[in-house]
Amino acid sequence: MQLSIKHLLGIKDLIPQDIRLILSTAKQFKEVLQRPIKKVPTLRDTTIINLFYENSTRTRISFELAEKRLSADTINFSASASSVSKGETLLDTVNNVLSMKVDMVVIRHAASGAPHFLAKHIPAAIINAGDGINEHPTQALLDAYSIEERIGSLEGKKIVLVGDIMHSRVALSNIYLLKKMGAEVMVAGPPTLMPKYIEEALQVKVEYNLQKALQWCDVANILRIQLERQSQVLFSSLREYNLSYGVSRKLLDSINKEIVIMHPGPINRGVEIDSDVADSHQSIILQQVENGVAVRMAVLYLLSGKTS
Amino acid sequence: MKVILDKYQLQLTIQRLTHQLMEDHGDFSDTILIGIQPRGIFLADRIVDYIRKTYPSKDIHYGKMDITFYRDDIRKELHVANQTDIPFSLEARKVVLIDDVLYTGRTIRAALDALLAFGRPEKVELCVLINRRFRRQLPIQPDYCGKSIDSIVSEKVKVEWENEQVVLY
Repeated sequence: MQLSIKHLLGIKDLIPQDIRLILSTAKQFKEVLQRPIKKVPTLRDTTIINLFYENSTRTRISFELAEKRLSADTINFSASASSVSKGETLLDTVNNVLSMKVDMVVIRHAASGAPHFLAKHIPAAIINAGDGINEHPTQALLDAYSIEERIGSLEGKKIVLVGDIMHSRVALSNIYLLKKMGAEVMVAGPPTLMPKYIEEALQVKVEYNLQKALQWCDVANILRIQLERQSQVLFSSLREYNLSYGVSRKLLDSINKEIVIMHPGPINRGVEIDSDVADSHQSIILQQVENGVAVRMAVLYLLSGKTS
Repeated sequence: MKVILDKYQLQLTIQRLTHQLMEDHGDFSDTILIGIQPRGIFLADRIVDYIRKTYPSKDIHYGKMDITFYRDDIRKELHVANQTDIPFSLEARKVVLIDDVLYTGRTIRAALDALLAFGRPEKVELCVLINRRFRRQLPIQPDYCGKSIDSIVSEKVKVEWENEQVVLY
Protein backbone atom coordinates (compact mmCIF):
# COMPACT_ATOMS: atom_id res chain seq x y z
CA MET A 1 0.00 0.00 0.00
CA GLN A 2 1.29 3.41 -0.95
CA LEU A 3 -0.04 6.91 -1.22
CA SER A 4 -1.18 7.95 -4.70
CA ILE A 5 0.62 11.29 -4.29
CA LYS A 6 4.24 12.46 -4.03
CA HIS A 7 3.54 15.65 -2.11
CA LEU A 8 0.84 16.56 0.37
CA LEU A 9 -0.30 19.83 -1.17
CA GLY A 10 -3.96 19.59 -0.31
CA ILE A 11 -6.75 17.18 0.57
CA LYS A 12 -8.19 17.98 -2.85
CA ASP A 13 -5.57 15.70 -4.50
CA LEU A 14 -6.11 12.72 -2.20
CA ILE A 15 -8.25 9.67 -2.89
CA PRO A 16 -10.23 8.12 0.01
CA GLN A 17 -7.74 5.20 0.23
CA ASP A 18 -4.92 7.70 0.85
CA ILE A 19 -6.86 9.26 3.71
CA ARG A 20 -7.65 5.81 5.17
CA LEU A 21 -3.98 4.81 4.94
CA ILE A 22 -2.80 8.01 6.65
CA LEU A 23 -5.36 7.65 9.44
CA SER A 24 -4.60 3.97 10.06
CA THR A 25 -0.85 4.64 10.09
CA ALA A 26 -1.43 7.55 12.49
CA LYS A 27 -3.14 5.13 14.86
CA GLN A 28 0.04 3.04 15.04
CA PHE A 29 2.15 6.16 15.62
CA LYS A 30 -0.19 7.23 18.39
CA GLU A 31 0.69 3.96 20.14
CA VAL A 32 4.39 4.79 19.68
CA LEU A 33 3.77 8.10 21.46
CA GLN A 34 2.37 6.27 24.51
CA ARG A 35 5.56 4.21 25.00
CA PRO A 36 8.20 4.93 27.62
CA ILE A 37 10.57 5.74 24.73
CA LYS A 38 8.49 7.74 22.26
CA LYS A 39 10.89 7.56 19.37
CA VAL A 40 11.40 5.26 16.40
CA PRO A 41 14.44 5.17 14.10
CA THR A 42 12.39 5.17 10.88
CA LEU A 43 13.58 8.41 9.24
CA ARG A 44 17.09 8.54 10.63
CA ASP A 45 18.47 8.99 7.11
CA THR A 46 16.11 11.86 6.26
CA THR A 47 16.60 15.60 6.63
CA ILE A 48 13.55 17.82 6.79
CA ILE A 49 13.30 21.59 6.69
CA ASN A 50 10.41 23.44 8.24
CA LEU A 51 9.96 26.61 6.21
CA PHE A 52 7.63 28.93 8.06
CA TYR A 53 6.89 32.13 6.19
CA GLU A 54 3.98 32.77 8.49
CA ASN A 55 3.63 32.61 12.27
CA SER A 56 2.67 29.35 13.88
CA THR A 57 2.82 27.74 17.30
CA ARG A 58 0.98 24.44 17.18
CA THR A 59 1.70 23.39 13.62
CA ARG A 60 5.41 24.18 13.80
CA ILE A 61 5.96 22.50 17.15
CA SER A 62 3.82 19.57 16.08
CA PHE A 63 5.75 19.03 12.85
CA GLU A 64 9.07 19.42 14.60
CA LEU A 65 8.10 16.96 17.29
CA ALA A 66 6.79 14.50 14.69
CA GLU A 67 10.09 14.73 12.80
CA LYS A 68 12.13 14.23 15.96
CA ARG A 69 10.03 11.27 17.09
CA LEU A 70 10.83 9.71 13.70
CA SER A 71 14.57 10.40 14.22
CA ALA A 72 14.78 12.73 11.22
CA ASP A 73 17.24 15.63 11.21
CA THR A 74 15.38 18.91 11.24
CA ILE A 75 16.14 22.48 10.33
CA ASN A 76 13.83 25.30 11.27
CA PHE A 77 13.51 28.37 9.16
CA SER A 78 11.43 31.38 9.93
CA ALA A 79 11.16 34.08 7.32
CA SER A 80 11.62 36.98 9.71
CA ALA A 81 15.10 35.83 10.76
CA SER A 82 16.41 34.95 7.29
CA SER A 83 17.67 36.37 4.01
CA VAL A 84 14.07 36.72 2.88
CA SER A 85 14.23 40.15 4.47
CA LYS A 86 17.16 40.90 2.14
CA GLY A 87 14.99 40.16 -0.88
CA GLU A 88 15.69 36.48 -1.68
CA THR A 89 12.87 34.77 -3.60
CA LEU A 90 11.07 31.66 -2.32
CA LEU A 91 12.52 29.46 -5.06
CA ASP A 92 16.07 30.71 -4.46
CA THR A 93 15.76 30.14 -0.73
CA VAL A 94 14.49 26.60 -1.20
CA ASN A 95 17.07 25.72 -3.86
CA ASN A 96 19.83 26.92 -1.58
CA VAL A 97 18.49 24.80 1.22
CA LEU A 98 18.16 21.75 -1.03
CA SER A 99 21.74 22.07 -2.24
CA MET A 100 22.62 21.24 1.36
CA LYS A 101 20.91 17.84 0.84
CA VAL A 102 17.50 18.21 2.37
CA ASP A 103 14.93 15.49 1.53
CA MET A 104 11.60 16.95 2.55
CA VAL A 105 10.16 20.43 2.86
CA VAL A 106 7.35 21.41 5.21
CA ILE A 107 6.11 24.82 4.17
CA ARG A 108 3.68 27.40 5.51
CA HIS A 109 3.19 30.50 3.43
CA ALA A 110 0.77 33.41 3.34
CA ALA A 111 0.38 33.05 -0.43
CA SER A 112 -2.14 30.43 -1.56
CA GLY A 113 -0.44 27.99 -3.92
CA ALA A 114 3.14 28.52 -2.68
CA PRO A 115 3.64 24.75 -1.97
CA HIS A 116 2.20 23.87 -5.39
CA PHE A 117 4.67 26.24 -7.02
CA LEU A 118 7.58 24.64 -5.16
CA ALA A 119 6.41 21.12 -6.06
CA LYS A 120 6.69 22.01 -9.75
CA HIS A 121 10.25 23.25 -9.43
CA ILE A 122 12.09 21.14 -6.90
CA PRO A 123 12.64 17.39 -6.45
CA ALA A 124 12.03 17.14 -2.67
CA ALA A 125 8.73 15.97 -1.17
CA ILE A 126 6.62 18.97 -0.16
CA ILE A 127 4.16 19.04 2.72
CA ASN A 128 1.76 21.93 2.92
CA ALA A 129 1.50 23.25 6.48
CA GLY A 130 -1.01 25.91 5.46
CA ASP A 131 -1.00 28.14 2.39
CA GLY A 132 -2.89 31.43 2.55
CA ILE A 133 -6.63 30.86 2.41
CA ASN A 134 -6.32 27.65 0.39
CA GLU A 135 -5.62 24.45 2.36
CA HIS A 136 -4.19 23.12 5.61
CA PRO A 137 -4.26 19.38 4.90
CA THR A 138 -2.62 18.00 8.05
CA GLN A 139 -5.12 19.93 10.19
CA ALA A 140 -8.03 18.33 8.32
CA LEU A 141 -6.42 14.90 8.74
CA LEU A 142 -5.93 15.32 12.47
CA ASP A 143 -9.48 16.66 12.79
CA ALA A 144 -10.76 13.55 11.00
CA TYR A 145 -8.63 11.31 13.22
CA SER A 146 -9.90 13.03 16.36
CA ILE A 147 -13.55 12.74 15.27
CA GLU A 148 -13.17 9.03 14.49
CA GLU A 149 -11.39 8.44 17.77
CA ARG A 150 -14.28 10.04 19.66
CA ILE A 151 -17.40 8.91 17.78
CA GLY A 152 -16.32 6.32 15.21
CA SER A 153 -16.31 6.26 11.41
CA LEU A 154 -16.91 9.54 9.58
CA GLU A 155 -19.34 7.86 7.20
CA GLY A 156 -22.76 9.47 7.59
CA LYS A 157 -21.70 11.76 10.45
CA LYS A 158 -22.93 15.35 10.44
CA ILE A 159 -20.25 17.96 10.86
CA VAL A 160 -20.69 21.71 10.96
CA LEU A 161 -17.87 24.21 10.44
CA VAL A 162 -18.68 27.44 12.26
CA GLY A 163 -17.35 30.95 11.74
CA ASP A 164 -14.93 32.55 9.31
CA ILE A 165 -15.37 30.15 6.40
CA MET A 166 -14.15 32.68 3.84
CA HIS A 167 -10.64 33.09 5.24
CA SER A 168 -10.17 29.60 6.64
CA ARG A 169 -7.87 27.08 4.99
CA VAL A 170 -8.89 24.68 7.73
CA ALA A 171 -12.48 24.92 6.50
CA LEU A 172 -11.63 24.13 2.88
CA SER A 173 -9.40 21.16 3.75
CA ASN A 174 -12.01 19.86 6.17
CA ILE A 175 -14.79 20.14 3.61
CA TYR A 176 -12.79 18.20 0.99
CA LEU A 177 -11.81 15.51 3.46
CA LEU A 178 -15.18 15.03 5.13
CA LYS A 179 -16.98 14.83 1.78
CA LYS A 180 -14.48 12.25 0.50
CA MET A 181 -15.02 10.13 3.61
CA GLY A 182 -18.80 10.19 3.29
CA ALA A 183 -19.70 12.68 6.02
CA GLU A 184 -22.39 15.34 5.70
CA VAL A 185 -20.98 18.85 5.91
CA MET A 186 -22.61 22.14 6.82
CA VAL A 187 -21.00 25.57 7.08
CA ALA A 188 -22.45 28.15 9.45
CA GLY A 189 -21.52 31.76 10.04
CA PRO A 190 -22.43 35.32 9.18
CA PRO A 191 -23.20 35.96 5.49
CA THR A 192 -20.25 38.37 5.22
CA LEU A 193 -17.82 35.55 6.12
CA MET A 194 -19.44 33.02 3.77
CA PRO A 195 -17.91 32.63 0.30
CA LYS A 196 -20.41 33.14 -2.55
CA TYR A 197 -21.57 29.98 -4.36
CA ILE A 198 -19.99 27.69 -1.71
CA GLU A 199 -23.18 25.61 -1.62
CA GLU A 200 -23.01 24.82 -5.34
CA ALA A 201 -19.22 24.63 -5.62
CA LEU A 202 -18.53 22.28 -2.72
CA GLN A 203 -21.95 20.66 -2.15
CA VAL A 204 -22.24 21.71 1.48
CA LYS A 205 -25.25 22.92 3.41
CA VAL A 206 -25.21 26.59 4.43
CA GLU A 207 -26.87 27.83 7.60
CA TYR A 208 -26.88 31.33 9.04
CA ASN A 209 -28.55 30.42 12.32
CA LEU A 210 -26.00 28.93 14.70
CA GLN A 211 -28.53 27.24 16.97
CA LYS A 212 -30.12 25.40 14.03
CA ALA A 213 -26.69 24.33 12.82
CA LEU A 214 -25.72 22.95 16.22
CA GLN A 215 -29.06 21.17 16.52
CA TRP A 216 -28.38 19.42 13.19
CA CYS A 217 -24.80 18.27 13.78
CA ASP A 218 -22.88 15.55 15.62
CA VAL A 219 -19.67 17.56 15.67
CA ALA A 220 -19.08 21.33 15.58
CA ASN A 221 -15.67 22.53 14.45
CA ILE A 222 -15.40 26.15 15.56
CA LEU A 223 -13.03 28.24 13.46
CA ARG A 224 -11.03 31.25 14.49
CA ILE A 225 -11.94 34.72 13.30
CA GLN A 226 -8.94 35.55 11.12
CA LEU A 227 -8.64 39.27 11.71
CA GLU A 228 -5.20 39.33 10.07
CA ARG A 229 -6.67 38.29 6.73
CA GLN A 230 -9.64 40.66 6.80
CA SER A 231 -8.95 43.87 4.92
CA GLN A 232 -12.43 45.32 5.36
CA VAL A 233 -14.91 45.38 8.20
CA LEU A 234 -17.01 42.23 7.88
CA PHE A 235 -18.85 42.41 11.19
CA SER A 236 -19.39 45.34 13.50
CA SER A 237 -17.51 44.20 16.59
CA LEU A 238 -16.06 41.10 18.22
CA ARG A 239 -18.68 41.46 20.94
CA GLU A 240 -21.47 41.41 18.41
CA TYR A 241 -19.91 38.41 16.68
CA ASN A 242 -19.81 36.62 20.01
CA LEU A 243 -23.47 37.34 20.66
CA SER A 244 -24.63 35.94 17.32
CA TYR A 245 -22.04 33.31 16.44
CA GLY A 246 -20.09 32.58 19.60
CA VAL A 247 -20.63 29.06 20.97
CA SER A 248 -21.70 29.46 24.59
CA ARG A 249 -22.78 27.04 27.29
CA LYS A 250 -26.28 28.52 27.18
CA LEU A 251 -26.52 27.80 23.47
CA LEU A 252 -25.30 24.21 23.91
CA ASP A 253 -27.82 23.70 26.73
CA SER A 254 -30.60 24.86 24.42
CA ILE A 255 -30.11 21.94 22.02
CA ASN A 256 -31.33 18.55 23.12
CA LYS A 257 -28.22 16.46 22.51
CA GLU A 258 -24.55 16.43 23.33
CA ILE A 259 -22.32 17.35 20.40
CA VAL A 260 -18.54 17.17 20.09
CA ILE A 261 -16.76 20.55 20.10
CA MET A 262 -13.55 21.12 18.14
CA HIS A 263 -11.31 24.09 17.44
CA PRO A 264 -8.10 24.13 15.39
CA GLY A 265 -6.56 26.86 17.58
CA PRO A 266 -5.44 29.42 18.42
CA ILE A 267 -8.64 30.11 20.36
CA ASN A 268 -10.02 33.61 20.72
CA ARG A 269 -11.75 32.97 24.04
CA GLY A 270 -14.96 34.92 24.37
CA VAL A 271 -15.18 35.53 20.62
CA GLU A 272 -15.98 32.40 18.60
CA ILE A 273 -16.08 30.12 21.65
CA ASP A 274 -16.57 30.73 25.37
CA SER A 275 -14.07 29.40 27.90
CA ASP A 276 -16.50 27.10 29.69
CA VAL A 277 -17.28 25.39 26.36
CA ALA A 278 -13.66 25.15 25.22
CA ASP A 279 -12.66 23.54 28.53
CA SER A 280 -15.68 21.25 28.90
CA HIS A 281 -15.75 17.45 28.57
CA GLN A 282 -17.52 17.85 25.20
CA SER A 283 -14.46 19.56 23.79
CA ILE A 284 -11.68 17.52 22.12
CA ILE A 285 -9.48 20.53 21.43
CA LEU A 286 -6.46 19.21 23.32
CA GLN A 287 -6.90 15.72 21.84
CA GLN A 288 -6.71 17.37 18.42
CA VAL A 289 -3.33 18.82 19.35
CA GLU A 290 -2.14 15.48 20.72
CA ASN A 291 -3.28 13.60 17.63
CA GLY A 292 -1.59 16.18 15.40
CA VAL A 293 1.84 14.73 16.14
CA ALA A 294 0.79 11.16 15.27
CA VAL A 295 -0.96 12.25 12.08
CA ARG A 296 2.06 14.27 10.95
CA MET A 297 4.36 11.34 11.69
CA ALA A 298 2.14 9.22 9.44
CA VAL A 299 2.28 11.79 6.62
CA LEU A 300 6.06 12.15 6.87
CA TYR A 301 6.57 8.39 7.00
CA LEU A 302 4.30 7.65 4.05
CA LEU A 303 5.82 10.41 1.90
CA SER A 304 9.42 9.63 2.85
CA GLY A 305 9.54 6.65 0.52
CA LYS A 306 8.75 8.99 -2.35
CA THR A 307 12.03 10.86 -2.20
CA SER A 308 14.97 9.33 -3.99
CA MET B 1 4.53 -27.46 -3.99
CA LYS B 2 5.59 -29.61 -1.10
CA VAL B 3 3.88 -29.90 2.26
CA ILE B 4 6.45 -29.61 5.04
CA LEU B 5 4.01 -29.90 7.93
CA ASP B 6 0.46 -31.15 7.51
CA LYS B 7 -2.40 -30.35 9.86
CA TYR B 8 -1.61 -33.07 12.36
CA GLN B 9 2.15 -32.41 12.36
CA LEU B 10 1.57 -28.67 12.71
CA GLN B 11 -0.59 -29.25 15.78
CA LEU B 12 2.00 -31.60 17.31
CA THR B 13 4.81 -29.16 16.61
CA ILE B 14 2.99 -26.25 18.25
CA GLN B 15 2.25 -28.43 21.29
CA ARG B 16 5.92 -29.41 21.53
CA LEU B 17 7.06 -25.80 21.30
CA THR B 18 4.60 -24.88 24.03
CA HIS B 19 5.82 -27.69 26.28
CA GLN B 20 9.42 -26.61 25.76
CA LEU B 21 8.46 -23.06 26.75
CA MET B 22 6.68 -24.41 29.84
CA GLU B 23 9.74 -26.42 30.84
CA ASP B 24 11.95 -23.33 30.74
CA HIS B 25 9.53 -20.71 32.00
CA GLY B 26 7.54 -22.51 34.68
CA ASP B 27 4.25 -20.76 35.27
CA PHE B 28 5.24 -17.73 33.13
CA SER B 29 4.95 -15.33 36.08
CA ASP B 30 8.19 -13.65 35.04
CA THR B 31 7.87 -14.09 31.30
CA ILE B 32 6.29 -12.00 28.59
CA LEU B 33 5.36 -13.61 25.29
CA ILE B 34 5.44 -11.31 22.27
CA GLY B 35 4.09 -12.22 18.86
CA ILE B 36 5.57 -10.38 15.88
CA GLN B 37 3.08 -8.75 13.53
CA PRO B 38 1.58 -9.72 11.25
CA ARG B 39 2.13 -13.46 10.78
CA GLY B 40 3.83 -14.34 14.05
CA ILE B 41 0.56 -13.57 15.81
CA PHE B 42 -1.12 -16.71 14.44
CA LEU B 43 1.51 -18.92 16.07
CA ALA B 44 1.65 -16.83 19.25
CA ASP B 45 -2.15 -16.95 19.63
CA ARG B 46 -2.10 -20.75 19.49
CA ILE B 47 0.78 -21.07 21.93
CA VAL B 48 -0.82 -18.65 24.38
CA ASP B 49 -4.19 -20.45 24.11
CA TYR B 50 -2.51 -23.71 24.95
CA ILE B 51 -0.64 -22.23 27.92
CA ARG B 52 -3.80 -20.57 29.24
CA LYS B 53 -5.65 -23.89 29.07
CA THR B 54 -2.84 -25.51 31.04
CA TYR B 55 -2.65 -22.73 33.65
CA PRO B 56 -6.23 -21.41 33.74
CA SER B 57 -5.73 -19.45 36.95
CA LYS B 58 -2.53 -17.71 35.81
CA ASP B 59 -2.34 -14.31 34.18
CA ILE B 60 -0.21 -14.91 31.06
CA HIS B 61 1.41 -11.71 29.75
CA TYR B 62 1.01 -11.66 25.99
CA GLY B 63 1.83 -8.71 23.74
CA LYS B 64 1.90 -7.99 20.03
CA MET B 65 4.64 -6.08 18.32
CA ASP B 66 4.86 -4.45 14.92
CA ILE B 67 8.37 -3.80 13.61
CA THR B 68 7.53 -1.68 10.56
CA PHE B 69 9.05 1.51 11.95
CA TYR B 70 12.29 -0.31 12.80
CA ARG B 71 12.95 -1.92 9.43
CA ASP B 72 16.28 -1.35 7.71
CA ASP B 73 14.76 -1.41 4.22
CA ILE B 74 12.17 1.36 4.32
CA ARG B 75 13.88 3.07 1.39
CA LYS B 76 13.17 0.01 -0.76
CA GLU B 77 9.54 -0.45 0.04
CA LEU B 78 7.04 1.07 2.45
CA HIS B 79 5.15 -1.40 4.59
CA VAL B 80 1.77 -0.92 6.18
CA ALA B 81 2.04 -0.73 9.94
CA ASN B 82 0.07 -3.08 12.18
CA GLN B 83 -0.95 -2.73 15.77
CA THR B 84 1.55 -2.88 18.60
CA ASP B 85 0.03 -3.77 21.94
CA ILE B 86 2.43 -4.18 24.83
CA PRO B 87 0.62 -2.75 27.86
CA PHE B 88 3.31 -3.73 30.38
CA SER B 89 6.94 -2.89 31.07
CA LEU B 90 9.56 -5.38 29.93
CA GLU B 91 12.04 -4.11 32.51
CA ALA B 92 13.90 -7.05 34.06
CA ARG B 93 11.43 -9.63 32.66
CA LYS B 94 12.11 -12.56 30.38
CA VAL B 95 10.81 -12.01 26.86
CA VAL B 96 10.06 -14.66 24.25
CA LEU B 97 9.68 -13.35 20.70
CA ILE B 98 7.42 -15.52 18.58
CA ASP B 99 7.40 -15.54 14.77
CA ASP B 100 6.37 -18.01 12.10
CA VAL B 101 9.42 -18.20 9.80
CA LEU B 102 13.03 -17.25 10.58
CA TYR B 103 14.95 -16.57 7.37
CA THR B 104 17.34 -13.61 6.92
CA GLY B 105 17.08 -12.62 10.58
CA ARG B 106 16.34 -8.99 9.74
CA THR B 107 12.85 -9.00 11.22
CA ILE B 108 14.24 -10.25 14.52
CA ARG B 109 17.00 -7.65 14.39
CA ALA B 110 14.30 -4.97 14.06
CA ALA B 111 12.26 -6.59 16.82
CA LEU B 112 15.22 -6.51 19.22
CA ASP B 113 15.59 -2.82 18.45
CA ALA B 114 11.87 -2.21 18.99
CA LEU B 115 11.86 -4.08 22.32
CA LEU B 116 14.16 -1.50 23.87
CA ALA B 117 11.41 1.12 23.67
CA PHE B 118 9.52 -0.88 26.31
CA GLY B 119 12.29 -1.34 28.85
CA ARG B 120 15.39 -3.49 29.32
CA PRO B 121 14.46 -7.17 29.46
CA GLU B 122 16.55 -9.52 31.58
CA LYS B 123 16.69 -12.01 28.73
CA VAL B 124 15.26 -12.32 25.23
CA GLU B 125 14.58 -15.64 23.53
CA LEU B 126 13.29 -16.51 20.09
CA CYS B 127 10.65 -19.09 19.24
CA VAL B 128 9.90 -19.88 15.59
CA LEU B 129 7.82 -22.48 13.80
CA ILE B 130 10.10 -22.81 10.77
CA ASN B 131 13.82 -22.13 10.66
CA ARG B 132 15.22 -21.71 7.14
CA ARG B 133 18.82 -22.51 7.93
CA PHE B 134 20.61 -21.15 4.89
CA ARG B 135 20.95 -17.53 3.88
CA ARG B 136 20.86 -16.04 7.33
CA GLN B 137 22.18 -12.49 6.98
CA LEU B 138 22.67 -11.75 10.68
CA PRO B 139 23.99 -13.78 13.64
CA ILE B 140 20.55 -14.73 14.97
CA GLN B 141 19.42 -18.26 15.91
CA PRO B 142 16.19 -19.56 17.45
CA ASP B 143 16.00 -20.92 21.01
CA TYR B 144 12.82 -22.89 20.25
CA CYS B 145 12.36 -24.23 16.76
CA GLY B 146 9.43 -26.18 15.31
CA LYS B 147 11.21 -27.50 12.25
CA SER B 148 14.46 -26.64 10.51
CA ILE B 149 14.49 -26.84 6.74
CA ASP B 150 17.13 -26.46 4.07
CA SER B 151 15.82 -24.53 1.10
CA ILE B 152 17.26 -22.47 -1.73
CA VAL B 153 16.70 -18.73 -2.26
CA SER B 154 14.21 -19.14 -5.11
CA GLU B 155 11.97 -21.28 -2.92
CA LYS B 156 9.37 -19.82 -0.60
CA VAL B 157 8.06 -21.13 2.67
CA LYS B 158 4.56 -20.26 3.70
CA VAL B 159 2.61 -21.14 6.81
CA GLU B 160 -0.98 -21.40 5.64
CA TRP B 161 -2.90 -20.91 8.87
CA GLU B 162 -6.24 -21.06 7.08
CA ASN B 163 -5.40 -24.58 5.72
CA GLU B 164 -3.33 -25.45 8.79
CA GLN B 165 -0.25 -26.56 6.89
CA VAL B 166 3.25 -25.38 6.01
CA VAL B 167 4.26 -25.51 2.35
CA LEU B 168 7.45 -25.07 0.34
CA TYR B 169 7.05 -23.87 -3.24
